[in-house]
Amino acid sequence: MSDSVEAPAAAEPGGKGVSKVSEAVIRIAGNSQDGIQAIGGFLARLAGRSEQEVMTFMTIPSTISGGPSIFQVRIGSGEVLSAGDEADVLLAFYQHSYENHINSVRKGGIILFDADHVKAKPEWEGEYRHIGIPISSLTVEAIGGTARDKGKNIFSLGLIARMFDLNVPKLEKLITEKFTGKNPSIAQNAITAFHAGYSFSLGSLVDTFSFKDSVQRDRSQVVMNGNEALAFGLIAAGVRFGAGYPITPWSDIMEILRRDLPKYGGSFIQCEDEIASVSMAIGGSYAGRVAVTGSSGPGIALKSEAIGWAVMAEVPLIIVDVQRGGPSTGMPTNVEQSDLNIACFGGHGDAPRVVLAPSNVEDCFYSAIEAVNIAHKYNTPVFILSDQAIATRIEAFPEPDLASLCQNIMQDLAPVEDFKPYDLSTPDGTVKRIVPGTRVMSGKYPVATGLEHDEMGHPSGSPKMHALMTAKRRKKMQSLADTLPKPQVYGPPEGNVLLVGWGSTEGPIREAVDRSRAAGDSVSSLHIRHINPLPPGLADIFSGFNHILVVEMNDGGLGGYGQLAALLRARFTDGRIRGVNKVEGITFKVKEILERMKTAVAEKVQAS
Amino acid sequence: MSVSTVESPGSKTAIAVTPPAPATSERKGLTKKEIAADHPTWCPGCGDFSVLALYFKLIEKRKLEHEKITTVAGIGCSSRFPYFVQAHGVHYIHGRALALASGISLSRPDLHPFVFGGDGDAFSIGGNHFTHTARKNINLTYVVMDNWVYGLTKKQTSPTSPLGFKSKTDGWGAVDYPINPMKQAIAAGATFVARTTHTNPKHVLDMMEAAIDHDGFSFIECLSECVEFYEGAFDASNPRKGGEFITVPSDHDVRDEMAAYKLADMPFPGYFGIFYQASKPSKNTKEAEIIANAREKVKGLEDWQILQKTFDRLK
Repeated sequence: MSDSVEAPAAAEPGGKGVSKVSEAVIRIAGNSQDGIQAIGGFLARLAGRSEQEVMTFMTIPSTISGGPSIFQVRIGSGEVLSAGDEADVLLAFYQHSYENHINSVRKGGIILFDADHVKAKPEWEGEYRHIGIPISSLTVEAIGGTARDKGKNIFSLGLIARMFDLNVPKLEKLITEKFTGKNPSIAQNAITAFHAGYSFSLGSLVDTFSFKDSVQRDRSQVVMNGNEALAFGLIAAGVRFGAGYPITPWSDIMEILRRDLPKYGGSFIQCEDEIASVSMAIGGSYAGRVAVTGSSGPGIALKSEAIGWAVMAEVPLIIVDVQRGGPSTGMPTNVEQSDLNIACFGGHGDAPRVVLAPSNVEDCFYSAIEAVNIAHKYNTPVFILSDQAIATRIEAFPEPDLASLCQNIMQDLAPVEDFKPYDLSTPDGTVKRIVPGTRVMSGKYPVATGLEHDEMGHPSGSPKMHALMTAKRRKKMQSLADTLPKPQVYGPPEGNVLLVGWGSTEGPIREAVDRSRAAGDSVSSLHIRHINPLPPGLADIFSGFNHILVVEMNDGGLGGYGQLAALLRARFTDGRIRGVNKVEGITFKVKEILERMKTAVAEKVQAS
Repeated sequence: MSVSTVESPGSKTAIAVTPPAPATSERKGLTKKEIAADHPTWCPGCGDFSVLALYFKLIEKRKLEHEKITTVAGIGCSSRFPYFVQAHGVHYIHGRALALASGISLSRPDLHPFVFGGDGDAFSIGGNHFTHTARKNINLTYVVMDNWVYGLTKKQTSPTSPLGFKSKTDGWGAVDYPINPMKQAIAAGATFVARTTHTNPKHVLDMMEAAIDHDGFSFIECLSECVEFYEGAFDASNPRKGGEFITVPSDHDVRDEMAAYKLADMPFPGYFGIFYQASKPSKNTKEAEIIANAREKVKGLEDWQILQKTFDRLK
C-alpha cells in the first residue's frame, strides 16, 4: 500500500488503527476450483463502480481441475498501470499457497491465511503480519448444511471488505447479480457467507484501511478483461461472422462471439480445425463484411497458408492471436510476446499484412474497431496481437460511446458498371471491392484468387504482372503507414534512455519511467501499437536518446535483441537498439525493468 | 432464389439494393456465351470439359441469376473451374474450398455456392473438411471430379487410385487401399450422395439439378477421365467403350442408409444415380433459428443498444 500510514482516524474498540491508502495490491492464492477468480472479479467490478482504477493478474493451471491458481488485484484511487510488483496482502488458502507466494508480499505486508489448512512458519512471522483465521470452518458454520466449505471465497471477500472498508451495499448487489438465476438459496448462502466474513472481528487483529477518494469521472466505467473487450470491439466494429477452434487463451473470445453474435443477426461457427476456421472466416469476409478468426500460437501457425491467400486475393480478414508461451504447445496458460514474427512474416512469399498490438484492456476494444476499419478499407488481413496477460486481466475503463462507435460494414450490393478487383491504377493500391450478389453490368465478373493474376483476377504468369501486383500489395501498407499517427513519447521527447514496448507491457514500462524520473534518471518510453506497418516518426524519436531498449517478453536470440527490436533494427539500422527480454511466462515486474535497464546502460557505457 | 435482400437483421443499411430480378419464369436463362469466361486450360479430351459444359447447362436451364452464381474451388486441374465461369468465383488453396464455401453459405443464405474439386482436394488434403461439411449439413453443392490420379502435378498416386495403379510415386503399383467416396460421404452424414460420370451428360445434369434442389450438403462424385495420366480408367462404365452404365435400381430407397452403403460397395463400374438422400435441417436452418430466437429477445433495439445492455452488466 503506497502512502504512509496516517494517524489512526478512528480506532475500533479494542482494535488497531484505520489508515487511508491510495492503493492496495491483494493476492489471493488457492486452487483453481476455490473460486478465487470470483473474489478478484468482485473486487475489480467494485473498483470500477467506485470510480477507482483497477488492474488484475491471474494464473490458472493448464490442467482442467485442481492445481494452484492465483488472482492478484491492484486497486487504486489514482492511476494504476500494472498489477503491482509486490502484494500488500496475501490471502492464502493452503500451505502451498502460503509457502509459494509469501515471496510476492512486501516485507511487513499482511498474510491472511486459512488456519484450518495453513501452519504459519515461525521464521516468517517476524517479517510479515500473520493473521490466521479458520476460514473453512467458519464458512461451514455460517452456511451450514451440505455446502461444506464452498463459499469460503465469499467469506474471504467479507474479510477483505472489512479490512479495506469496502462499500458493502455495492458488494451485496454484485454478489446478488452474480448468483441471480441460480437456485435462490445459493445467492442467500453467498450473502450469508459474505456477512460472516465481514462481521468477523478482524479489526481487533490488524490495521484496517480505507481508500482515499478518487477523482470524479464524467463517464461511468466498465469492467472487463481483454478478451471480452476485444470481442465487444469486434461487435461494435460491425463484425457479424467468424469461425474458430478452441485453444487457450483465445477460446473466451469465440465463446463470447458464439453467444452474442446471433443477437446482432450474425453467427460464429466452431470448426473442425484451425484451417477450416480461417477458411470459413475468409469465406464470410469474401461474401459480405469483414469476418474474424483467431487462435493462439499453434493455431496461428496452421492458419498461415490461408492468411497468405487472403493477402494475395485481397480479401479482408481479422486474425486475433492471443499469444502464449511457445513454441509448439509451450506454456498454454502463460504469457509471452513471441508471435510477433509469425504475425508479421508467417507464411511463404512476400505477403505483407497489418499487425496491431493493443496495449491494455481498453485498447483491445478500440484496436478491434481500428483493425476492422483497416481490413475493410485496404482489403487485407489484419492481425490483432493480444496476449494471455491482457486477455485475462481485468481493468476498469471509461465506458465507450457505443451509439457513435457502432457501425455497419456490410458491402452494399448495388450493381456496378464495370469492376476490376485488382485495379492497378488506384493511387493507394486499394479498390472498393464487390461481393457475390453484386451485378456487374458489363457482364465481366471477378475471381478472387491465390494465383498471381491480372487486374480481373485471371491467372497471369507474366513477370511484369507479378512485379506490379507485388508492388500493389506493398503499396497498400505504405499508404496505410502514411495515415498512422506518430506515436507519443511518454515522458520528455529527448533524454538518456528510451524504453520501447508493445502490447501488454505498457503499464509496467510506464511505471518504470515514472519511478526512474522520480529518482532523477532521464528515462522516457515509447509504446508501439502499429507493428506492421510501423508508424511514421520513429527514427526522429530514436535520435533524441542515447539508449534505445526494447522491452519485450520473448527471447533475446543470438544478437541479444527480441522480435520487435529485430524489426526496428532491420528498418532503422540503428545499432543502439538493444533488447530487454524476459521469457518466464509471467509479466515484467517494474523493478525487473529498472534493474535490467541499469545493467544495459552500464554495459554500453563500459563498452564505449 | 428471387429474394434480393441480404439476411442481416439489425443493420440499418444491410438491405441489398440490387433491383428485383424478374421472376424465374419470366427471366431468360443465361446463354453459354454470357457465362463462359477463359478457355479452359485442360488437356484436349479431359473429362472436366463435360462437367463445365453441364454446369453452364444447369445455369441456363435453372435460369440462375448471374450475380448470385458463386463458384468455388481449391487446387488441382479441376479446381481451375472458376476461371472458366463468367461469374463471381473463388480459386482457393488446396483442400480447403469446402470450408471457404461454408463461410459463404452460412453468412449469405441467399447464395448457393457450387464447389468443384478433384479427388486429392476432397479426400486427401481436404479429407477433414469433407467429413465435417457433410455432418454439419451445410447448404452447398460439392462436385468432385474424380480421376483417380494427381493430374496437375503429373501422375502421382491419389487417394482414389486403385491398388496396383502405376504412378510416379508407386512405380510398382499403388499399395494403399483407395477411398470409396460414396461410403465416405454416407458415413460422414452427407444428406445427398450421388454418383455420375462425365461420359453421360444428361445424367450429370440430372444429378446437378437434384443437388441444387436439395436443402443441405449435396455431394456428387463425377468420374472424370484424365486422358493424359490415366487413360481408359473408366472405360468399364462407358457403353461406347464397351462398358456398362448401370443406374441405381428403381426399387432402391434413397432414405435407406444401409442400402445406400451396399450400393456403394459394388465393384467398379458400380451404380450411378442418387445413392442416399435424407431430409434433415441444414446448419443454415439451425443457425437461422438461433439468430431468430436471439433477435426476439432484443426486438426493436439498434445494434449499439444491444451492446449497451451487455456493457451495463459490466459496470
